[in-house]
Amino acid sequence: MSMAGSLTHDVIKGPPPPIDRGWGGDGSGPPFGPGANRRASFTGLFVLLAASTMVFAAFSSAFVVRRGLSDDWASMPKPPILFVNTVVLLASSVVLDLSRRSLKAGDRSKFNLWWTVASALGVLFLAGQAVAWLQLKAAGVYVSSNPSSSFFYVLTAAHAFHLLGGVSALLYVDVQAWRLRLGPAKRTAIDVTAIFWHFLDGLWVYLMLLFYVWG
Amino acid sequence: MSAPVAHAHHAPQGWIRKYVFSLDHKVIGIQYYFLGLFSVFLGMSLSLLMRFHMVNPNVSVSWFATLWPKAAAGGVMTPELYLSLMTMHGTIMVFFVLTTVPQSGFGNYILPIQIGAEDMAFPVLNMMSFWTTFIALVVMVAAFFVQGGAPLSGWTAYPPLSGAGSLTGPGEGMGQNLWIISIAIFCGASLMGAINFIATTVDLRCKGMTMMRLPLTCWTWLVTAILGLLGFAVLLSAGVLLLLDRTLGTSFFLPAGMMISDTIITAHKGGSPLLWQHLFWFFGHPEVYIAILPGMGVTSQVLSTFARKPIFGYKAMVYAILSIGFLGFLVWGHHMFMSGMNPYSAMAFSILTMCIGVPSAIKTFNWVGTLWNGKIHFDTAMMFALGFVSLFVTGGVSGIFLGQPALDLYFHDTYFVVGHFHMIMGVAAIFGMFAGTFYWFPKATGRLMNETLGKIHFYFTFIGVYAIFTPMHYLGLAGNPRRYSAFTDVEYLAGLIPVHQFMSWAAYITAAAQIIFVINLFWSMKKGAQASANPWNATTLEWTVPSPPPFDNFAGVHPVVNHGPYEYSVPGAPKDFIMQTDPPGVPSEH
Repeated sequence: MSMAGSLTHDVIKGPPPPIDRGWGGDGSGPPFGPGANRRASFTGLFVLLAASTMVFAAFSSAFVVRRGLSDDWASMPKPPILFVNTVVLLASSVVLDLSRRSLKAGDRSKFNLWWTVASALGVLFLAGQAVAWLQLKAAGVYVSSNPSSSFFYVLTAAHAFHLLGGVSALLYVDVQAWRLRLGPAKRTAIDVTAIFWHFLDGLWVYLMLLFYVWG
Repeated sequence: MSAPVAHAHHAPQGWIRKYVFSLDHKVIGIQYYFLGLFSVFLGMSLSLLMRFHMVNPNVSVSWFATLWPKAAAGGVMTPELYLSLMTMHGTIMVFFVLTTVPQSGFGNYILPIQIGAEDMAFPVLNMMSFWTTFIALVVMVAAFFVQGGAPLSGWTAYPPLSGAGSLTGPGEGMGQNLWIISIAIFCGASLMGAINFIATTVDLRCKGMTMMRLPLTCWTWLVTAILGLLGFAVLLSAGVLLLLDRTLGTSFFLPAGMMISDTIITAHKGGSPLLWQHLFWFFGHPEVYIAILPGMGVTSQVLSTFARKPIFGYKAMVYAILSIGFLGFLVWGHHMFMSGMNPYSAMAFSILTMCIGVPSAIKTFNWVGTLWNGKIHFDTAMMFALGFVSLFVTGGVSGIFLGQPALDLYFHDTYFVVGHFHMIMGVAAIFGMFAGTFYWFPKATGRLMNETLGKIHFYFTFIGVYAIFTPMHYLGLAGNPRRYSAFTDVEYLAGLIPVHQFMSWAAYITAAAQIIFVINLFWSMKKGAQASANPWNATTLEWTVPSPPPFDNFAGVHPVVNHGPYEYSVPGAPKDFIMQTDPPGVPSEH
C-alpha cells in the first residue's frame, strides 16, 4: 500500500481496486497488497458497526426495562432544536453522497466542496447537540433528574462520542482531498468514512424515535 | 511453496519500535503473553492469601500489617480485605489472564502465520489494543493503592454493593470507580482486538486456505473474537451506567429504600439491580467461552499432532465451535436462577443450557476419537492437552447439575459453584495455555522447552488442581457457603475445616510448582535444545517457516495451501504427515 505515486493512481485516472467480497483464501482475491487491505477495511468497519450496534442495543434494552420496571419514569421535555439537528445530520449524509457521486463522475473540485460542506454540517450537528444540552440544563433537567433524562444524556453522549470519531474521519479525508492526496488507499478511507457516517445518521433517527415514542 | 516471490519486509531497527511500540503481531503476542504471566502470578498470590486466611483466620502475620496497615491491623486480615482479595483475584484472572493470553497472546502470534498472512489486518490498531490493555491493568492494580483499597463486590460487581459508594465498605469508594474504569478501558481494547482478528481471518487468508482448511485454532480465535465483540460492547454499556449511578446520582441499578450501614439512602430510587445482572451476564456467559474456546483449539491441534492422526470429525468440530458460540448468548439467565425469575424463564434457560452440552460432548467425543488407535507421543504439550480434556469433562459434568434450577437453588451460594467454574473456566483454560506454550515455544524462540521439568511441572499441576478443586464439590454438597472469609465460627462447618486445610496445602504446593514452569520458560529461552523449523512434524503453516519466523513471516514468499490442516498418517504418503503447503500430488484423501 505505497503512498508514493498516488497521484498517478489518482481517482480520476485509475479506478479504485474493486471491492472483492469473496473469501480471500479461494484465490478470489490476493491475500496481500491494497486489494486485501481494502477488503479488510470493509470487514473491520462492519465489525465496528456491529460493536456499536451492540452498545446501543444494550442501552436500549436497559431503557425499555428501566422504564417498564418502576413507576418513577416521567417523560422529559425535549428541546425542539433536536429536530433542527436531525435535519442538519440528514442533510450532511445527502451532501456526503453528492460528494461521492462527484468523485465517481471525476469532478474533484466538486467532491472537495461537497465533502467540506458535509463535514461542516457534521460539526454543526455536534454544536446543535451541545445547545440542546445547555437548554436542558437551563430548564433544570439534569442527568439524575429522572431516568428519562438519564437515558437522554447517556444516549446522546454515546452518539456524540461516535460522531466525534466520524467527524475526525471526515476532516482527515477533507484535508487529504484539499492536499490532492486521494490515491486508491484514500478511496477506501472515503468509502469507510461515508458508510460509518450514514450509520450514525440512521442511529440518530432511531434514537429520536426512541426519545419521542418511549422517552 | 511455489508462489511468486515478493520482496520481503524488514523489521524496524530502533529498540522502542521493535520491542515496545511494535507493530509486529509476533512481538505484540509475546507482550500479551507476559502481561498475562504477570497477571496470573498476581492473581495466584491473592488466592494463596485467601486460602491462608480461610484456615488461619486469627493468626497474625506481621507483613500483612505492613502491606495493609488498616485492613490488616495487627497482622490479621479483616473480612473486607478478604473480599477485596477475592474481587481482584477473580477480575485479574478472568480479564487479564483468561481473556488475554489464549486469544490476544497466542492468537496474535500464531493466527497470521497459520493463515499465511504477513501480519494482522490493522497493525497499528493491534499495537493500540495491547497498550490499552496495559493501561487497563495499571488502572486495575491502582485500585489496591487508593484510599479504602480494592473493591469488595466480586468480579461480577453486583449493585447495590457496587453502586452505592463508600458507605457500603472500604474499597467501594475510589477502588470500585477504578475497577469500572479499568473494565471499560479493557472493553475498548478487546473491541479493537476483535476487529483485527475477524478482518484478518476473513480477508487475509493465503491462496488455497479455504475456511474448511483453517486449523481449528483459527476457528476458535475467530469465534472468540465474535463473542468478545458482542459481549464486551454490552459490558461497556453496563459499566457506563454503573459509573453514572456512582458518580452522577442516577438510578439505573439502585432501588429506593436502601438502608446501608444504618443510613437511609434517599438519593436513589426506582433502579433495578437485576438489570445489571442481565446486562452483566449477557456478557459474562459468553466470556466463559472466550476463556475456553481457544484452549479447545490448541487442544485439538496438539492432540492431532501428537496422536499422529487427523482430527476426528473436523467439520463436526467446526460446527460445534459455532454452535457453542451461538448458544453461549442464549443462556445468561442460568446465572440468575436465584434472582426470583419466572420459573418458566428459568426452565427455558435451563433447557438451552443443556443444549450446550451437545456440542461440548461432540468435541469431547471427537478428541477421544482422535486419540483412538493413535501413535501417541507423550510430550509435555500433549500431556497438558490431555489434562485439558480431563478438566473440561470434570468441570462440564458439574455444570449439568448447576444448570438445573432446582439443584442450583441449593448449590448456588456454595463451594460447588466455585469448584465448577475453577475446573472448567480456570484450570482447563490454563492447561490450554500450558499446552500452547510447550507446543509453540520452539516456534517463537527456536529452542525446545525442557521435557523433564515440563513433566514434573505437569504432574504437580494436574494432581494439584484436582486436589484443590475436587473437594470444593463435596464442600458444596455439605452446604459450605462461598464468599465467607472464615468458617471457624460456624458450628455446622467445623467438621469441614480439615478439608479446607487440605485444599490450602494443595494450593501452596501447586503454586510453588509453577515456579518450575517459570524457570523452564526462561532457562529454555537461553539454554534450551535447538529446535528445527518443524520439531513436532506438524502440518500447519507456522511450521513451514524458520523458528523464530522472519519479520514478515514468510520472507516475502506467498504460501499456497493445497491440503487440510490435519493430514497425518495418510496411507501411501512417504511421511506420516502432509504439510498444508505440500504440492497437491501426494494423496490428499485417506
